Amino acid sequence: MLDDFMTRATLAGVGVAFAAAPLGCFVVWRRMAYFGDATAHAAILGVALSLTLQMPIFPGALAIALVMALTVTLLSGRGYAMDTLLGVMAHSALAFGLVAVSFLSGIRIDLMAYLFGDILSVSRSDLIVIWGGAALVVALIAWRWSQLLTATLNEELAYASGFDPKREQLILTLALAITVAVAIKVVGILLIAAMLIIPAAAARSLARSPESMALIAAAIGATSAVAGLRGAYIFDTPAGPSIVCVAAILFACFSLIGWQRQTRI
Amino acid sequence: MNLITVEDLSVSYGANTVLQRVSMGVEPGEIVTIVGPNGSGKTSLLRAIIGATKPSAGKVTRKPGLKIGYVPQKLHIDPTLPITVERFMRLTHRASQKDCADALESAGVPDLLKRQMSQLSGGQFQRVLLARALINRPEILLLDEATQGLDQPGSAAFYRQIEAVRQETGCAIIMISHELHVVMSASDRVICLNGHVCCEGSPAVVASAPEYRALFGTGTGGALALYRHDHDHDHDHHHGANPQEAAE
Repeated sequence: MLDDFMTRATLAGVGVAFAAAPLGCFVVWRRMAYFGDATAHAAILGVALSLTLQMPIFPGALAIALVMALTVTLLSGRGYAMDTLLGVMAHSALAFGLVAVSFLSGIRIDLMAYLFGDILSVSRSDLIVIWGGAALVVALIAWRWSQLLTATLNEELAYASGFDPKREQLILTLALAITVAVAIKVVGILLIAAMLIIPAAAARSLARSPESMALIAAAIGATSAVAGLRGAYIFDTPAGPSIVCVAAILFACFSLIGWQRQTRI
Repeated sequence: MNLITVEDLSVSYGANTVLQRVSMGVEPGEIVTIVGPNGSGKTSLLRAIIGATKPSAGKVTRKPGLKIGYVPQKLHIDPTLPITVERFMRLTHRASQKDCADALESAGVPDLLKRQMSQLSGGQFQRVLLARALINRPEILLLDEATQGLDQPGSAAFYRQIEAVRQETGCAIIMISHELHVVMSASDRVICLNGHVCCEGSPAVVASAPEYRALFGTGTGGALALYRHDHDHDHDHHHGANPQEAAE
């Protein structure tokens, strides 16, 4: 069954959607959308380094994404507003990454494959990495769910309940870096943030609880992956962007339904 | 035995010292109010008590296993986060639906269980925060300017509720407020803070203390307008209104 490239691509897309959904909800609730972008953009530098050292992409991208996320967390609240800081970090990382890649002229690399993903070339071992990473992210978030939610609502509430909200922030940061690293192959660096935010945002108008929002986001993400790939196959369009397009269309539909429901009440 | 003992606590943010050698204690069942002008370190003191701020000197001792109920100053729930009152109340404590309903009843807002947090009015929201803090039957409640954003009748009603809660559950209460006249009548002891403990004692003693008047003026009616700092006032004498505290 896994011999078929479409099957492998679909499984990869669904795996990323499952990891991105609960994490994406926190990204939306905590207004960290740009944070996701910055981490993802830094990953291109990781890709370049991995290629230079002739290592597999995943650990390199993971390491640099993690360094980026930790740096931003450390620097936040020290002089610059968060969005300024992220704007500087995200685009510098992307620029340095692109410059670093250009030094690798000896090796023929298809930059587009990393910027926009190359889901149709997902191998069996890629699948193991993607599903392993996704399972880890989902497990991390499920394990700390209540604490993460409390820390998201109010820092003092977390302290008064006896745990450190900074540790919860660190867990989210780690989950974000893992998600970025596994999603590079699927949607590419430029569209990872879209897979985080769009399904979660689309789920908002249908959800009544944080848990249902995460589950609906996962369903929307998975649907986008399946339908996007199908569409890419039929219309011969790039796969990663097609997945994001379907997610965006679902977002528009659900938002309209949500508005209509609100005005009726 | 004190539920919470603060000894010679100092807190600094960088070079900025906000609290200096503050000592205080809270006994079971008493209502202690901390008053002080903006920037006097009230919130820093409360944060140090719950462990959110590390002291730069001194220490905070909590009775082992102390159950704390905390009502934050302000809680912003992003509109993108759907959450019902019931789910919110169960966030940090395992509680049955009946426990949640009982706590809401105690806080004066029954029947909100299934409502979305985002649909609550300001007063309802604060009471839900109070109910959440009550759910694990705390031995001490900490309230940080819990009536911010409520109008005068609203906050007066809120403080009456707090007194009722103490009567009902017997828990101790530390609250921060700047609404002196409303709060003082409800407290057993008042601590007037301005980077250090200016004076403390029963509401009547504090209200007539020169240190307090230097900070807040004499009339309660003008209290809210008088956020003037006066660093020249004299701190040398102690009141002895609470000998135990003075000994610490």
